[in-house]
Amino acid sequence: MLVQILAVTAMNLQSIRQRLGSAAVAVFNIAGVVVVFVAVLSIAEGLRSLEAAGDPDLALVLRSGSDTELTSGFYMEHVNAIAEAPAVARVNGEALASPELLVIINVPLRRNGIEAQVPLRGVLPVAFKVHDRLSIVAGRHFTPGRNEVIVGRAALRQYAGLEIGSTIKSGPNLWHVVGVFEDAESVAEGEIWCDARVAHPVYNRNNSYQSVSVALTARNQFDALKDALTTDPRLTVTVMRQSEYFADQSRDLQTMVRSLGLVITGLLALGAIFAAVNTMYSAVAARTREIATLRALGFDSLAVVVSVLVEAVLLGAVGAGIGGVLAWIALDGFQTSTLNFQMFSQVSFRFAVTPVLLWQGLLCAVVLSLIGGTLPALRAARLPVIEALREL
Amino acid sequence: MKFAPLVWRSLLRRKLRTVFTLLSVVVAFTLFGVLMAIRTGFSAGITVTGAERLVMLDKVSMINAVPLRYRARIASAAGVADVTNANWFGGIYQDPRNDFAKLAVDAESWLRVHPEFVVADGQRKSWLANRTGAMVGADTARRFGWKIGDRVPVQGTIYRPADGRPWEFTIDAIYDTPEGTADRTQFFFHQAYLNETLAPGAYGRDEVTFFVIKVANPREAEQVASRLDALFDGASPQTRTATEKAFVSSFANQVGDIGAIMLAIAGAVLFAILMVIGNTMAEATRERTSELAVLKTLGFGDGRIFTLVLAESCLIALAGGGLGLTLAIAGIALVGDPTSGMLPPIHLPTGDVARGLVLIVALGVMAGLLPALQARRLLIVEALRRR
Repeated sequence: MLVQILAVTAMNLQSIRQRLGSAAVAVFNIAGVVVVFVAVLSIAEGLRSLEAAGDPDLALVLRSGSDTELTSGFYMEHVNAIAEAPAVARVNGEALASPELLVIINVPLRRNGIEAQVPLRGVLPVAFKVHDRLSIVAGRHFTPGRNEVIVGRAALRQYAGLEIGSTIKSGPNLWHVVGVFEDAESVAEGEIWCDARVAHPVYNRNNSYQSVSVALTARNQFDALKDALTTDPRLTVTVMRQSEYFADQSRDLQTMVRSLGLVITGLLALGAIFAAVNTMYSAVAARTREIATLRALGFDSLAVVVSVLVEAVLLGAVGAGIGGVLAWIALDGFQTSTLNFQMFSQVSFRFAVTPVLLWQGLLCAVVLSLIGGTLPALRAARLPVIEALREL
Repeated sequence: MKFAPLVWRSLLRRKLRTVFTLLSVVVAFTLFGVLMAIRTGFSAGITVTGAERLVMLDKVSMINAVPLRYRARIASAAGVADVTNANWFGGIYQDPRNDFAKLAVDAESWLRVHPEFVVADGQRKSWLANRTGAMVGADTARRFGWKIGDRVPVQGTIYRPADGRPWEFTIDAIYDTPEGTADRTQFFFHQAYLNETLAPGAYGRDEVTFFVIKVANPREAEQVASRLDALFDGASPQTRTATEKAFVSSFANQVGDIGAIMLAIAGAVLFAILMVIGNTMAEATRERTSELAVLKTLGFGDGRIFTLVLAESCLIALAGGGLGLTLAIAGIALVGDPTSGMLPPIHLPTGDVARGLVLIVALGVMAGLLPALQARRLLIVEALRRR
């Protein structure tokens, strides 16, 4: 039996050369589906990688009931209460709890000159001990007390006029860019950072902060911190891991991209199935005499069915390969930013064509081809031998 | 017309291929419709009706508030016909995922400046009379099954009553809007209710997120905008005023690349698929060279053969494309936004339907033209000998 299957399949595949046109159509359609599938989901994957970039040793404290930093708020008394919690790491007696102010300012996008809403984060010196992965890659840190800012790597690429030495005009204030920082590809790389004490009067913020980032004494101390803060009568707060917060913030965007991707690829997939059916039907039709001869010689119809399905799947796999490689070359690592409605500001990220995504694309192609190949394969198996031979 | 059965028979010659080609065309045009609708969604969906409306915000940051007292100065400025104000409320209804815009507005002037909101007279009256009343868009009302008179609790995020309890609203009115003019998901309530609940000096007390200004002459909108900004140039905070259209499109532009890239790729693939479908359709005619020769032998003229072949491909394109576009329109109307509220409301603009129809005819003609010309030029002797 196996021998029969192999023999028929080999014969089958050799004959593809004579049906190159219709085979190309099937390959092409599948490649189209896979390109779109991989491309759209690479956007969602890129957004998701921001959440993976969260520092596992950090926790974020917001006012309870707030789901974003924008709607949260603390005064220094709250910050001090948070810093007293037992699970907060300390260096030389200083608690690693960083109060942070978040303002949204207008900076033009490089790609179209449109003024975008960009997060400006005001921090105190302790912030750089809490966010210890953050490092300056060009220029220097801002000097406390001065109108100076440092910009994230991604922000530098996305917005116009953030080069070291340039100034950002924001209302009556001028910010001087003095450095560029990186932070393990996290959300912060799309932000601009400055001294919170300089930003307070500029943006009428009365010494308030939006969030407190806390370095944990140890990774497993998160629950201890959460318990301590949520039971503290002086505070009403929500505590989450930094990665969890990042995940929450891009949730709506990811859902949007994924659901649009599903609708578009779903329709394309349906189209590809129809194309595959057509291709395999014409493959079977072109080989009517051949198949009938084989059957007359005593070849099992199962062998014929398998050979048609194998051909369909191979064509699909070739299509998936082409589509996946195209999407990977064109889009992997593509840096962009979009408006995150949850944060009312821009979030910078890179498209991520991951191996999992390519694997899913291949799987999807194989399934589509199998569906498309089934009807024609059955038709080939049921071909009435005598009629088929007489017909030609 | 009397040759219609002939066209029909040749389509049925290979029933399965015709059926699947037809289905491919249907899918392709459904996809076309959906892509176009998503595109309108990304470009903010709404064809802004009020070309005569301006939006005024804080100059430094959109999340900063502007004092309500500016309103009187705006109203008395030259070229201003009317003015209304709104506060972005934020807030969570049951779950943060249940996202829809909630705005605290000055109800009477809000409705005056936005004539596109259609509300029954009785509902409008009861909303205006009820301090804790709310007016909600038909889409949101449907999404949560709200009816007139329902009590809706919303947990404050930006604005919180001192006791920390959720805000309570009564649904007094449900508005609708003409297709494609405005969003039917918004939730409006009285700014007065918000204002009096806030402590003096609290963020938002006697402040607004933005003013909407109606200008007397739409052609002077830009000038009025800069005049208004000049008015508050020496004040703190300074303002930034732009037409509503510019405001909406700046949001759309900020969404940026990801929409454009998704649509560009899907669009390119769709276009290529149409070419492939066209090729398949052309292939179907080429197979029948000898049959066409027989028809010519029987006395069919060159012109008639040409029409017959062209009619075949146009029939498939029209039937498949028409059905596809219809499915897209019906699907969008029934399902609406596939992202459940994360895109602005999507719909298929008439212009895109027209574009779809042009594409359908183009597909039919392009697919049929070459085979039809070949059929027309066909020499009987040659064609029959080839067999």
